[in-house]
Amino acid sequence: MQGETVFKDYPAIDAITKKYDEQKEFLICILQDLQARYGYLPKEALNRVAEKLDIPLIQIYSVATFFKAFSLRPKGGHTIHVCLGTACHVRGAERVLSKIKRDLEIDVDETTKDMNFTLKTVNCLGACALGPIVEIDGKCHGHMTTNKVESVLKKHSSNIKG
Amino acid sequence: MEKIKSTNELAKIRKSIQNKKDKEKSVISICAGTGCRASGSETVIDAFKEEIKFLGLQNKVKVKVTGCHGFCEKGPIVVIHSGDIFYKNVEKDDILEIVSETIIGGKIIDRLLYVDPKTGKKIVKESDVPFYSKQERIILGNNGNIDPTDIEDYIAIEGYSALAKALFNMKPEKVIDKVKKSGLRGRGGGGFPTGKKWDYCRQAEGSPKYVICNADEGDPGAYMDRSLLEGNPHSVIEGMIIGAYAIGSNQGYVYVRNEYPLAVKHLEIAIQQAEKYGFLGKNILNSGFGFTIKISRGGGAFVCGESTALMASLEGKPGEPRSKYVHTVERGLWNKPTTLNNVETWANIPIIIKKGANWYSQIGTENSKGTKIFSLVGNINNTGLVEVPMGMKLRDIVYDIGGGIPDKGEFKAVQIGGPSGACLPASLLDTEVDFDSLDEAGAMMGSGGLVVMNDSTCMVDTARFFTDFSVDESCGKCVPCRVGMKVMLNILNRIVIGKGEMEDIERLERLGQHIKETSHCGLGKTAPNPVLSTIRYFRQEYEAHIQEKRCPALVCVDLIQFRVIPEKCKMCGLCKNVCPAEAITWEKKAPAAINPEKCIRCRSCIQACKFGAIE
Repeated sequence: MQGETVFKDYPAIDAITKKYDEQKEFLICILQDLQARYGYLPKEALNRVAEKLDIPLIQIYSVATFFKAFSLRPKGGHTIHVCLGTACHVRGAERVLSKIKRDLEIDVDETTKDMNFTLKTVNCLGACALGPIVEIDGKCHGHMTTNKVESVLKKHSSNIKG
Repeated sequence: MEKIKSTNELAKIRKSIQNKKDKEKSVISICAGTGCRASGSETVIDAFKEEIKFLGLQNKVKVKVTGCHGFCEKGPIVVIHSGDIFYKNVEKDDILEIVSETIIGGKIIDRLLYVDPKTGKKIVKESDVPFYSKQERIILGNNGNIDPTDIEDYIAIEGYSALAKALFNMKPEKVIDKVKKSGLRGRGGGGFPTGKKWDYCRQAEGSPKYVICNADEGDPGAYMDRSLLEGNPHSVIEGMIIGAYAIGSNQGYVYVRNEYPLAVKHLEIAIQQAEKYGFLGKNILNSGFGFTIKISRGGGAFVCGESTALMASLEGKPGEPRSKYVHTVERGLWNKPTTLNNVETWANIPIIIKKGANWYSQIGTENSKGTKIFSLVGNINNTGLVEVPMGMKLRDIVYDIGGGIPDKGEFKAVQIGGPSGACLPASLLDTEVDFDSLDEAGAMMGSGGLVVMNDSTCMVDTARFFTDFSVDESCGKCVPCRVGMKVMLNILNRIVIGKGEMEDIERLERLGQHIKETSHCGLGKTAPNPVLSTIRYFRQEYEAHIQEKRCPALVCVDLIQFRVIPEKCKMCGLCKNVCPAEAITWEKKAPAAINPEKCIRCRSCIQACKFGAIE
């Protein structure tokens, strides 16, 4: 769900705000649901939420830009989270990250040209015992090494083509 | 299901659940905590269910999907009851054998047993594994015995009996008194006495009052709160209801990280079930007291673990902290009296009410009572969650429970307390782990991450790593934290590329002290700790980086160069193939060579070389 479909998607946005009784205290939860649906926060959706919750749009933007979980730009088909928490760090997460950056030819917070991958870092995924952790679309890959990066990435590129 | 309306009814229902469970001859309990899931426990669970169904054993054998057992390193973990048989690293292919040999045949499969690396002996029972036997698992222990999505499992192990006791046999003041006497201190890091906090909140003017569970576990390297919510959510809920009764609140919130989807899911299920059984909602157990819990998911900001930032975020605002000259127990959420406690703190409450303050206060040291859960991670053999009595020595945790450092590495430091904590060197391994001793050593309990570091960890790089983290997570509200940490980071960045000056060490110390004294909230007040503690205990490493332009641990990429050892090189060419920078030249029958100008120090060649010929 990306691009133009969003503009017609008001019923879904209304359903989301309704789920939280249009209470402004649940703004973060509402934005999370939008983020999960579209992969980012479309401008039109935020306008609608502002209307529904009866709060200024700027308040929504201040929340949307404060928290890491939100993105105002569309994301790629797969989102990669490289954990850079302490436990992963001491086991070589930086090297895994630079390998992924090299392989995909993008930097952190960027999306590959073919819109297949978006690369993100996270400060802890809470699966520290298995570090370094790379999470792709919510699935954890533990004990990552630079040598394993290629095969893990490949699995996801073929998913799209096949 | 009718709502339970009295203590007697609760006891009756418990009895009938227990009777039903006694009839189950065998229980296969499989860990489905996040760690084991990442190691593939879900396929193991499906395979077990399928096989039991295929053999028509559904009525005799129960497949129980539990929360985290703690020993994540050896996952997926399977424990067979009765017999407490502990199988580690179980794979899908082992299932048929386990069912036919162990469940039906009663025989033990040798190769799946845990081998004690010290003695080389195989260990059958979970409780005999040294990783567990040195622990005191009063909070975490039930994780392995219950299905977190089934409230009956929790009721069967005396769950919600503490709630019934508090509601019907104790006045709110008595509950607070008991928590005070137990000596429980907040497990989120600060260590404020819980009973005292409740008392202030009860006496504060204003209504309604709120109760919050802080499950925004942002400390990198700590995941005990996650495992508690995933593995035993009812214990946290029961604690919250008792707390709400004590301070006089009818509305609670759990603020949980969105990065923990499984914890959110289990919590949602648990709250629904508790409502259905009459433990939550209006008129709980027909006592006249009512309480509801809402879940709020965090947006991924470390600072929201700070109480006032968390409350701002709960109100739907950006998570910026405010000054605390007016305490949150007086004016917290929506400016009303609010009690906020950490997940682990709440999970301690039912035990204190059930077993009594005297029993509880016998565990631990004089000023730090009870147990603490640590996540033992990093360069250590037995990674996982450990629960130990307060006052245990760091050495015992690292060596007896953690099994020491892998691959013949040397212990270098243990990082405790996350980005607010400190790195303690080997000479402080005999420090007792309690609030006061850690404070003295310049560290803090934090939420309980213990990251062990071996001799290939650079302490300057570690300090830089944490400073980078704090700069990234600073909300930007106050100057010392926003600007000061950035300046510290710049200095550290200079040092790790070999451009530091000796004066930089003193600059860091002075600036760090200022930031600690003048920052607005707990994040800034503690953010310089990693730098200050590494200077205090590992000054020589800073000096090596600055004076000799050398990184002793060979981590800082600008200060190291790799080379091929010609005597060890077998001329296979593997290194050339893996090098992403084309920095390796190799021709048949000649040792490879690395061009230092092209080399990006990614270590791919070191990992690829089977002969250890690159250093």
